[in-house]
Amino acid sequence: MEKILLKNLNNPDAHKIDVYIKGGGYKAFEAALKLQPDNIIQMVKDSGLRGRGGAGFSTGLKWSFIPKDPTIKKYLCCNADEGEPDTFKDRGIMDWDPHLLIEGMLISSYAFGASASYVYIRGEFAFGAKRVQAAINEAYAKRFLGKNILGTGFNHDMYIHCGFGAYICGEETALLESIEGLRAQPRKKPPFPALAGLYGKPTVINNVETLACIPAIIERGPKWFSSIGPEKSPGPKIFGVSGHVKKPGLYELPMGTTLRDLIYNHCGGMLTAKPLKAVIPGGVSAPMFTAKDLDTPLDFDSVAAKGSMLGSGAVIVMDESTCIVKMAHIINRFFSHESCGKCTPCRDGSPWVTNILSRLEHGDGRPGDVELLESLCTNIFGRTFCPLADGAVMALRGAMKNFREEFLYHEKHKRCMV
Amino acid sequence: MLENVKEEIQATLKKYPVKKSAVMDLLRIAQREAGGHLTREAMDEIAVLLEMQPVEVNAAAKFYTMYSVARPVGRHRIWVCRNISCSLMGSDHIMKHLEQALGVKKGETTSDKKFTLDVAECLGSCGTAPMMQIDDEFYENLDAKKIDGILKGFK
Repeated sequence: MEKILLKNLNNPDAHKIDVYIKGGGYKAFEAALKLQPDNIIQMVKDSGLRGRGGAGFSTGLKWSFIPKDPTIKKYLCCNADEGEPDTFKDRGIMDWDPHLLIEGMLISSYAFGASASYVYIRGEFAFGAKRVQAAINEAYAKRFLGKNILGTGFNHDMYIHCGFGAYICGEETALLESIEGLRAQPRKKPPFPALAGLYGKPTVINNVETLACIPAIIERGPKWFSSIGPEKSPGPKIFGVSGHVKKPGLYELPMGTTLRDLIYNHCGGMLTAKPLKAVIPGGVSAPMFTAKDLDTPLDFDSVAAKGSMLGSGAVIVMDESTCIVKMAHIINRFFSHESCGKCTPCRDGSPWVTNILSRLEHGDGRPGDVELLESLCTNIFGRTFCPLADGAVMALRGAMKNFREEFLYHEKHKRCMV
Repeated sequence: MLENVKEEIQATLKKYPVKKSAVMDLLRIAQREAGGHLTREAMDEIAVLLEMQPVEVNAAAKFYTMYSVARPVGRHRIWVCRNISCSLMGSDHIMKHLEQALGVKKGETTSDKKFTLDVAECLGSCGTAPMMQIDDEFYENLDAKKIDGILKGFK
């Protein structure tokens, strides 16, 4: 398949604006400036594009919720926090093709009338932040940003806001709190950001990969986009594959590519002769699959129908030497470290779960620990403000559903099965 | 102490319609200027500058892992990723090797104040695991030999 999002991966000069323009860059933005903003929103709706951050919500629909009143200031925030463990797809765009992101952000901002935008980049991505800032500076110099852009009367300013190590900032309302200078704890919804977002103004928050899809939709049309992959979940998708495969890395493929095709064809198969034991299809919050699920197409609906989620498209492959209890411990240790502390079930429940998993993992399990874990899952899930703790529970439940005997073995024999 | 970086601070303040929004950028600048950690004095200075209460600045700083509040660190800070992809590819061995090579345990600083060794949750470099970050740089596809070479490169 022709690459749209990763066409410049590892191309050493593609981040420079002259190279980007020579390759046809900013043509889609210039074309968009000649369209009615509402037509652009309709095109994005018609394309079927769904948010690539994990939720899979219709991007065009999200934009259409923004009030039309031109006297109200509106914001676009690009979610480049990329915190879901084992996700590294947005980095591929920011590091190697930052102008693709900026062009997508400009078209989006023009479509719903945003006069300013912030790219929220996680603090660890110093290289990416430098690349995006340099690209923003170049775009100002070429008059793609600033006042009266290309003589059209459209004004737009773009800034970077750097995170500094907090997973919760990937949650859209926590991200807004973080930009406003507060502790990044999620807000109550409603009101949704489309009505009261950044500084109380209407705000759209879109993921990097989502925004990077926009220029191609304008240039090639919504029909072209919707013809790629499944009807209800179309378009190109970046899969970030890690773990026990021969060729880990980023792969841009049509939505609906099966796990088997991704792992055994594109990634060259398993790293060693050891067979596959488990695979997480969409970042660590997504319940794990086993070899019997390998024919699942990787799109929002097909993965959900199998009881997991496509999430960020981060695929983690584990061979039979992997201890699932250890993996569950790592995942829950992560979530308990990243709990923002707002809700008790998450703040106190997640460390409790992590402690139990730690003692099971280290040979100190007590009788009844597995049942206690199940009871804790029930008491945490759905009882918190944001989905952070739900992610932790979903991951643990997925592991215990498929590998319950391993947890019980750790509890009874005080050691690992593998 | 923020006298030397007045221009950088002014540029940061221009990004936002409210002063308070600049708190993360200013904390980052202050940490850099102090050689890797945040002092109470610098945080109080930021509070005055941004018209915030010191407790609000403290709350913001304590929220994020990359700020080192009142904890001096070495000239170079090493973060070893320990999340799933890196764990699958052997991050436990990477940490052990670093502990041996530097003669410190995780969380500690070498006696010559050159390195502080810390663990990190996923740093987003999973296709090239195991990996670590030193200061602003990522070091990927690590093994013991590669680590020895990297450490030698730091004077």
